Amino acid sequence: MRKVVGLIVLLVVIVFLVSGMLRLIHPFGYPDASDMDDYIIQNAQEETGSNNVVTSVVFDYRGFDTLGEATILFTAVTGVLLLLRTEKRRKEGS
Amino acid sequence: MLSKIVRTVTNEFMLFIVVFGLYIIAHGHLTPGGGFQGGAVIVSGVVMLLVAFNSQELKKTLRERTLSIMESTGALIFIALAFAGIGAAFFYNFLVGTPIFGRIPGPGPNPGDIWTGGVIPLMNLAVGLKVVAGLSAVVLAMALFSSGEEIEE
Repeated sequence: MRKVVGLIVLLVVIVFLVSGMLRLIHPFGYPDASDMDDYIIQNAQEETGSNNVVTSVVFDYRGFDTLGEATILFTAVTGVLLLLRTEKRRKEGS
Repeated sequence: MLSKIVRTVTNEFMLFIVVFGLYIIAHGHLTPGGGFQGGAVIVSGVVMLLVAFNSQELKKTLRERTLSIMESTGALIFIALAFAGIGAAFFYNFLVGTPIFGRIPGPGPNPGDIWTGGVIPLMNLAVGLKVVAGLSAVVLAMALFSSGEEIEE
């Protein structure tokens, strides 16, 4: 009985999520809002001087997000070194 | 430690891997790539060294303290470059138009030259330094931990 109820609930959830996802699909290459893309594609080369527009977005327009990315890396390295370092404590007086 | 053939080939290949990684880091503002990707390429070379030689051998040349200092230096350069343009905005590209990395490429598709991009190439170098040092430290710490030894301070 519980399995049947669980299966029905699962099917309802799947139908709900898939129908919600299908409504979001739009033709490839035609996003709903393209103001930001158009501005960056038109002006990135002369504003940042970088031919690689993706890099100019990553390091200039969205630099703050890259700072967060670098912070994630720093935190990961700190955590790994903190957990995996089994340094012997020096005995006092030696 | 693997056989002598593997160790010799690793020694020869390491130079090419480092040069390719530096190329990807330095041309981040012209071609696909950048600090994170090029740093990962160099760290793959470090992993190759770690497989070919054992971690005890590599521990003698790659000090954990040196790697920590390198990583912190990269992070500090990155944040300092971000704060240097604080007169206009955080992460403002203040070097465009100046003699240092300041050339502006023509509009549309063109090969460009290396002396463009403002602070972007410098930030790529800083992030590359940070990624190389950080991921090398992680990989080395994991290898030493699994072999039962500890990192020397």
